[in-house]
Amino acid sequence: MSSTLHMHGGIGESIKRKEDARFLRGQGHFLDDFVLPRMAHMAILRSPHAHARIKSIDTAAASAKPGVIAVVTGELMAQHKLAWMPTLSGDTQAVLATDKVRFQGQEVAAVIAETKYQAEDARDLIEVDYEILQAITSPDQAKESGSALIRDDKEGQKDNHIYHWESGDKAGTQAAFAKAHKVVRLNTFYPRCHPAPLETCGCIADVDGVTGKATIYMTSQAPHAIRTVFALVAGIPEHQIRIISPDIGGGFGNKVPVYPGYVVATAASLLLGRPVKWVEDRTENLISTGFARDYHMTGDLALDKDGKMLALRVHLDSDNGAFFADAQPSKFKAGLFHIVTGSYDIPTAHVTADGYYTNKAPGGVAYRCSFRVTEASYLIERLVSNAAMEIGMDQAEIRTKNFIQPEQFPYTSATGWIYDSGDYPKAMDVALKQLGYEDLKKDVEARRKKGEVTGIGIASFTEVVGAGPGADYDILGLRMFDSAELRVHPTGKAILKLGVKSQGQGHETTFAQIVAEELGIPAQDVLVMEGDTDNTPYGLGTYASRSTPVAGAATAMVSRKLREKARKLAAHLLEAAEEDLEWERGKFFVKGSPEKFKTIQEAAFAAYTNLPEGMEPGLEGVHYYDPPNMTYPFGTYAVVVDVDKGTGQVKVKRMVAVDDCGVRINPMIVEGQIQGGLTEGYGIAFMELITFDAEGNCIGSNLMDYLIPGSMETPKFEIGQTVTPSPHHPLGAKGVGESATVGSPAAYVNAVIDALSPYGITNIDMPVTSDKVWAALRSKGVTE
Amino acid sequence: MKVSMRVNGAEKSGDIEPRVLLVDFIRTNLGMTGTHVGCDTSSCGACTVLVNGDPVKSCTLLAVQVDGSEVKTIEGIAQGAALAPIQVGFHEEHGLQCGFCTPGMMLIGEELISRIPNPTDEQIRWAISGNICRCTGYMNIVKAVQHAAKLTAAAKAPAGKEAAMAGGGE
Ligand code: FES
Ligand code: FES
Repeated sequence: MSSTLHMHGGIGESIKRKEDARFLRGQGHFLDDFVLPRMAHMAILRSPHAHARIKSIDTAAASAKPGVIAVVTGELMAQHKLAWMPTLSGDTQAVLATDKVRFQGQEVAAVIAETKYQAEDARDLIEVDYEILQAITSPDQAKESGSALIRDDKEGQKDNHIYHWESGDKAGTQAAFAKAHKVVRLNTFYPRCHPAPLETCGCIADVDGVTGKATIYMTSQAPHAIRTVFALVAGIPEHQIRIISPDIGGGFGNKVPVYPGYVVATAASLLLGRPVKWVEDRTENLISTGFARDYHMTGDLALDKDGKMLALRVHLDSDNGAFFADAQPSKFKAGLFHIVTGSYDIPTAHVTADGYYTNKAPGGVAYRCSFRVTEASYLIERLVSNAAMEIGMDQAEIRTKNFIQPEQFPYTSATGWIYDSGDYPKAMDVALKQLGYEDLKKDVEARRKKGEVTGIGIASFTEVVGAGPGADYDILGLRMFDSAELRVHPTGKAILKLGVKSQGQGHETTFAQIVAEELGIPAQDVLVMEGDTDNTPYGLGTYASRSTPVAGAATAMVSRKLREKARKLAAHLLEAAEEDLEWERGKFFVKGSPEKFKTIQEAAFAAYTNLPEGMEPGLEGVHYYDPPNMTYPFGTYAVVVDVDKGTGQVKVKRMVAVDDCGVRINPMIVEGQIQGGLTEGYGIAFMELITFDAEGNCIGSNLMDYLIPGSMETPKFEIGQTVTPSPHHPLGAKGVGESATVGSPAAYVNAVIDALSPYGITNIDMPVTSDKVWAALRSKGVTE
Repeated sequence: MKVSMRVNGAEKSGDIEPRVLLVDFIRTNLGMTGTHVGCDTSSCGACTVLVNGDPVKSCTLLAVQVDGSEVKTIEGIAQGAALAPIQVGFHEEHGLQCGFCTPGMMLIGEELISRIPNPTDEQIRWAISGNICRCTGYMNIVKAVQHAAKLTAAAKAPAGKEAAMAGGGE
């Protein structure tokens, strides 16, 4: 069906996606599409209060409703030691509340019934008597002495503080600040937002009453890690758990954690001996599952008299909600935030972070971001633009002046990161040319003279993705490697099985292309399988832009292993010495005699039919790849906005995005990822907000309040690229899925602030909505 | 309550509670799962189907409200084994990533082309403005609809020349 079907599909070819076939026909297999024999349906009762003691729960009326099979409460879960579960950050989280509810939307009870409608009807009949407690909705409030203790369930927990964490050189940074010519400060709040994939989360738990085997279909980005967590939580032997992640309707980090609904559905299936399906609705998704950001940040940048950066000091307060459930490497309490020096050669830096419990949903997932890189990138890019404004320097110039230079790579940053490769001036150059920067600046000047409000914003981000080297990166002790298993059949067709899991990124195509390049089998002949823990090798999953850096590398390595065996087979067939053979994609030929060759398919056939003496039959292998370093994609984004003085409305006129993610395997798919990320970045900058009132009621609990960019407001993007390969990745590739969400919010906001700067406005926190812009202008006396 | 409708040209009926939503009737009773649910406030359009030729959000109608109507879902788009132009357009222009919004987007696109054979960028954006895509950023969806429009026009044109130029197809 595809116009590119005839292509080999090696690296760099924009072949059309293999997975499209089923989605185009409405034949994708999403979680809610599965119907198992005797399947029951579960609905969850959630707390209407942010903080309250549970005095009693009456389930009698619910139990009596027709179709109801069981009503599950925390008490019942406690009898099976399942009322609490561990989080991905080593804290604990209530599965069903037994003592208190700690956020609005927390799971309190569940009804299992014959149909979804019956389960929801009965759920509404459960009566819970609550004693309402003070709700804490911000770190500032959490710090106040005498404020309510949220986690009174934890022994030794005396206040609402979770962690203190530091990185960098405190004394060195202090000394540098003492000598600074100028210190620029930015106080900013990166508000809570939500990945909100179009498909919500859910599962079908099916525990076999005879064998005890638990098969759990789940919208999971990380099925293997989830299986291990389940083994630990539920005490089921790991070989008796099979997690199947079917087609996933977008994830963006939302589908990494273990949610209470999964645990309750599994327990219910175990107790009832029937499959139990639970699919959350949109409100449940927005109010209870993994949120993102919620970082209160203060950054100080020390400059010398020429605008050279001397030091960076950052403090942040993290609002983690009621349970510390951030999905991130164990070692780093604030994720990878200490990449905060960004693209700049800043000699010294010091970062401090404190985490707090609040009466808000837990989660702390990275919404299309590599563990808090987004917050870091936003802070430094906003700070640098504000610095330029304060010292009267051009915002491109201050960046270029302070960039880490191409010859400095590998570059060790002030907080200890070892950047693999980069050419930041080049990306800036390409972006400015595309933008027509110099002319544009004149145009802005001229229009401002006429009283128009218009501005340009630039952001030059550096990301750190592809977690990660096993020595430093683990989740609950599991090292963050990934894996690929490749099997070539006698006729030369292959199956590639991976530990990662696509949610729309096009793995079935991209990973087949890596095999096509490295082993020479056309991409069309390589079937990619993911998301079934019984049938794929162990891996940590797809998030934090790690699939290509880690599983992509594993795929290249296993392909090369097989190629070496194929070389032996070809030598045997050609009756030549191995070292006399040369490889050209798809075949081995005898040096100097290109007409004497054997194709990879012939070699594969020989692996099953005609082996050299003593060789093990078959052509298959597995590779577990522990990356030697992270990869550091980067880019420069530039935005032009017009602001309506009368309404405060911001119109994005242009968005130029130049990305460098190293070698691109399928450029079409890479650009698709960037366009999607720029859209989510636009949403975060201008629209998306999860907030709370003083009682802890979640505002932003449905898609009428939580605004996602639609086709009308989403800007048209101008995409550009540079290519600086990663020196340590076998293909030279870096991750890209998240670059645009990481880099673009600062570019959008910088453009608005640039537009408002003539009026002395230096900051507006996201989302930059019309009312905030309007109020900022009015506060400076600007009217129509 | 008895309800019957023609779905993708075939007579379908059921005995359901009056409160059953059209989307649930399609997905659960008819077992056609290409129509999706992405929200509970009529905001996302993942549930879009055509009723008597008009796009509707099937999460916002009761099944009994369309009794006697003609319903078209994503499963009814392809012409047998061959893909319809709108499907070819989405494939060729990379108009889908996770594929969850795609059925709704394609139905809207097909209906738009039937009214406006050569829609502009703005007309397409307006037509899909009730549908959310979280993955693509819409640019490729716009291109996909335009690609489909060209294929549709070429198929209607007397000579086969333009069809070959438009590319794609089975
Ligand atoms: S499910 Fe119908 S509009 Fe969202
Ligand atoms: S392709 Fe995922 S929501 Fe549109």
